[in-house]
Amino acid sequence: MDFSPTQEQAALKESARRLCERDYGFEQRRHRMRGAEGFSRDLWKTFADLGWLGAGLSEDDFGYGGGPVETALLQEEFGRVLLVEPYLSCAIIAARAIVALGDPPQKETLLAPLVAGEKLIALAHNEAAMRGDDAAVRTEAKRTTDGWRLSGRKTFVLGGSSADILLVSARTPGGVTLFEVPASAAGLEVTAYHAVDGRRVADLVLTDVAVSDATRIGPEGGALPGIELAVDHGVIALMAECVGAMDAALWLTRDYLSTRKQFGVTLNTFQALQHRMADMLVETELARSMLLRGIAALSDPDPQARRAGVSAAKVQIAEAAVKVTGEAIQMHGGIGVTEEYVVGHFYKRAVLARGLFGSIDLHLERFAAWSRKAVA
Amino acid sequence: MNFDLDPADAAFQAEMRAFIRQALPADIARRGRQGFHATHDDVQTWMRILNARGLAAVHWPRQYGGTDWSPLRRHLFQVELRAAGAPVPDQAALELVGPVIYTFGDEVQKARYLPAILNADTFWCQGFSEPNSGSDLASLKTSAVRDGDHYLVNGQKTWTSEAHKADMMFALVRTDGEARPQAGISFLLIDMKSPGVSVRPIYTINEGLSVNEVFLDNVRVPAENLVGDENRGWGYAKFLLTNERTMSAETPHTAFDLEQVKQIAAVEMRGGRPLIEDPLFAARLARFEIELRALETAVLRVLHMGDNDPALNATASVLKLRGSELRQRIADLAVEALGDHGLAVFPDVEGQDNMDVLAPVPPAPDYAAGWLSRMMFRRATTIYGGANEIQRTIIAKSVLGL
Ligand SMILES: Cc1cc2nc3c(=O)[nH]c(=O)nc-3n(C[C@H](O)[C@H](O)[C@H](O)COP(=O)(O)OP(=O)(O)OC[C@H]3O[C@@H](n4cnc5c(N)ncnc54)[C@H](O)[C@@H]3O)c2cc1C
Repeated sequence: MDFSPTQEQAALKESARRLCERDYGFEQRRHRMRGAEGFSRDLWKTFADLGWLGAGLSEDDFGYGGGPVETALLQEEFGRVLLVEPYLSCAIIAARAIVALGDPPQKETLLAPLVAGEKLIALAHNEAAMRGDDAAVRTEAKRTTDGWRLSGRKTFVLGGSSADILLVSARTPGGVTLFEVPASAAGLEVTAYHAVDGRRVADLVLTDVAVSDATRIGPEGGALPGIELAVDHGVIALMAECVGAMDAALWLTRDYLSTRKQFGVTLNTFQALQHRMADMLVETELARSMLLRGIAALSDPDPQARRAGVSAAKVQIAEAAVKVTGEAIQMHGGIGVTEEYVVGHFYKRAVLARGLFGSIDLHLERFAAWSRKAVA
Repeated sequence: MNFDLDPADAAFQAEMRAFIRQALPADIARRGRQGFHATHDDVQTWMRILNARGLAAVHWPRQYGGTDWSPLRRHLFQVELRAAGAPVPDQAALELVGPVIYTFGDEVQKARYLPAILNADTFWCQGFSEPNSGSDLASLKTSAVRDGDHYLVNGQKTWTSEAHKADMMFALVRTDGEARPQAGISFLLIDMKSPGVSVRPIYTINEGLSVNEVFLDNVRVPAENLVGDENRGWGYAKFLLTNERTMSAETPHTAFDLEQVKQIAAVEMRGGRPLIEDPLFAARLARFEIELRALETAVLRVLHMGDNDPALNATASVLKLRGSELRQRIADLAVEALGDHGLAVFPDVEGQDNMDVLAPVPPAPDYAAGWLSRMMFRRATTIYGGANEIQRTIIAKSVLGL
C-alpha cells in the first residue's frame, strides 16, 4: 500500500488549487452563476486545455491515462471553491457511461470532443420515482421500423440544461437501454432550474423522440451495469467534493473564531467552541480516509461489493459533510446564514451531496444487504 | 395530577378551530402551508380579521386589547392558528415591543402604539444586535445623545428582521458611555422614516429577504419616544426576552410541520412503498414525534407553573434550546422525504429581487415548494434570540449553578 500521490498526481492537485484560488473567488463564482448558463464556458475551455476533462480517462478512452484518483484530486479542489461547472456530470458521469457501454466508434465521436471541451454531454438517467434505485427506469423506448421512439420524464439531470448530447436511459423489451439524444431532438423538452448548491439541473420530457438504432450505446436491454458503474464514479467524485468543502469550511471557521471578538476576547478562547472544532476535524479526517476506501472500491470486480463500498463512502462522508458544514454555520453566528458569505454555501453543497443518487437510508440498506450476505 | 384537557378547554379549542377555518382566507392558508415568509399583505389582512374579533393579541391584558384567557388557552389558540396555516404575525410587535410598552411605557405611548399594532397598521422591527455586539449584546455602541427635546442617534444595527417593511424600530441605544455596559443602555422607539435611517438588505441562504442592516446617521428621535427611564433599557430588554420563553419552543409550528411531513411521506414512494411505511424513515419520523411530544409536555408544564414556581427556570430553559433544534430537524426530514424535489430551489415570492433573472420554478408537486427554503433559513433558529451556546451557558450558570 502507498497512500501518497505520485508526482504527477501531486502536480495536478497543485495546479487545480492554484487555478481555483486565482479564478474561483466567491464573487467570481457568483457572477458566473448569474450568467445565462449558470457557469463559465471560458473556464470550461481552460479545463480542456489543461487536460482536466480527460484526467480520469485512459489513453484508449481519449484521456490522459488517469483514473478515479485523478478525478477525486480535482473534485476535492473543486469542492473547496464550490465549482458550478458541469465537471461531475460531463467529465465523470457521462464519460464513464460512454467508457462502460460505448463501442470504439462511439467512444471516438463522443469522448474525443468531450475531452476537448467541444461537446457537453450529460447522463439523463434519473427519474423522480427512482430515489437511487437505478433499475427503476420508467421512460420507455419503443421499436419502430427504423429505430426507437422514446417517451417519459427524466428529473434533476445534472448538467442537463447546457448539454449538447443527452444519454437517455429507457426501458426496452430486454431491460434498460441507453440512447444518445441530441438536445435539439424533436419532442424533447428541457426545463432548467437551480439545485440547492447553485448548479443548474434540468427536467426532460420526452414525447415520442425518434432516434435511430445507431444511437444506442451498449447492448439492447443491457445498459444497467454500465449506468450503475458510471453513477458509482459520480458518487465517489461527489464525495471528493464534500471532503474539499468540509476541509475549507473547517479552516475558514478556525480563522473566523480567531478574529471575531465577543465579551472582550476572540471566540477561539471558548472551550465549548474549541471542542466542537476538534470534532469537526475528526469528522473531516475520517471522511478523507473513507474517500480513499471509496475510490478503491470503484475497481472491485464484483459489482455488488463495489456498490457496497460506494454506499459506505456515501453514508460516512455525506453525513459528516452536512454535520461539519452545519457546525461551521453555527459557529459563525448570523453571518453564517447569509447568501453573501461563503460558509453557508458549503452546507448547501453537502445537503445536495447527501440527497443525490439515493438517500442515506438507501445506501445503508445497500451496504447492509451486502454485509449480510458475507455472513451467510 | 390530571393529564386530561378540561372539557371546557377542549370545547374552547374546537370553537377556535372552527372559527379559524371559517375566517382564514383560502389563498392565505395555501401560502402559509408552503412555508415561505408571510407577505406583508397577508399578515395585515389576517391581523385585521383577528382584530375585528378582539383576537389580535390574546396574550395581552384585556385592558390593552387582549383577553383574559389562561396561558393554556392562549397556547391552544396558537396550536390551531399554526395547524390552519395562518400567517405568522409581526412577532416583534406582538411578542416583544407591545408587552414592553404596556408594562413600562407611558399613557401617550400606549394609546399611540398599541391599537396600531393590533390592527397591523404599524409594523415593527427589533434593533438590538450590532456588527460587533451579537452574543455580547451589552457591548452595543449605537449612541443616543440628548439634544433639547430630541435624542441624536448614531450607529449601526444589523440582522434586523423585517426592517425593510417596518414602520418603527425599537432599539437599544447607549445613553451613558461611562457607566457599566448594562447600566448605560436605553430603550428607544425610532420612526423608520426619520431622515438619517437607511436600510440595506441582507439576503439569507434561503435566497429570501428578511434581515437587514440599519444605519443610523444623526437621526433625531423625539425624547418622548424613550420608553421608561433613561439607562434602564437593559432591564426592559431582559423582560422582553424572558417574556417569549414559551413562544420560543415553537411547538405548534413544529407539530404543523410534522403533519405535513407525514402527508408528504404518505404520497412519496421509495422501493415500491410509501415512505411512511419504509422502516428506516418511519423510525426517524417516530423518534422525532416522540421528542416533540416530550417538548410539548414541557411547554404545557411551563404554562401551568406560577411565575414563582421553583421549577420554572429549569423547565423553561430547555424550550428554546430543544425547540430550535426540532425546527431544523423537521425541515431536514421534509427535504429528505421530497427526494429530488427537496433539492431544487423554488423561488420565494418575497426574495426574487435577489436574482438578476427570476429563478425558474422546478416542475414538482405543490407540496414540494418552500421546504428547502425553510430548511436553509432554519439554520438561524439556533442562532437568533440568543444562540444555543449562550442558552447552554445560561442553563449551566443560572440553573445548575456552575
Ligand atoms: C435570521 C436572523 C434574524 C435575526 N433577527 C434579529 C432582529 O430582528 N433583531 C436583532 O436585534 N437581532 C437579530 N438577529 C441577531 C441575533 O440575535 C444574533 O445573530 C445572535 O445574537 C448571535 O450574534 P452574532 O451573530 O453576532 O454571533 P456571535 O456572537 O459572533 O457568535 C458566533 C458564535 O460564537 C458563539 N459564542 C459567542 N459567545 C460565546 C461564548 N461566550 N461561549 C460559547 N460560544 C459563544 C455563538 O453562540 C455563535 O455560535 C437575527 C439573527 C438572524 C440570524
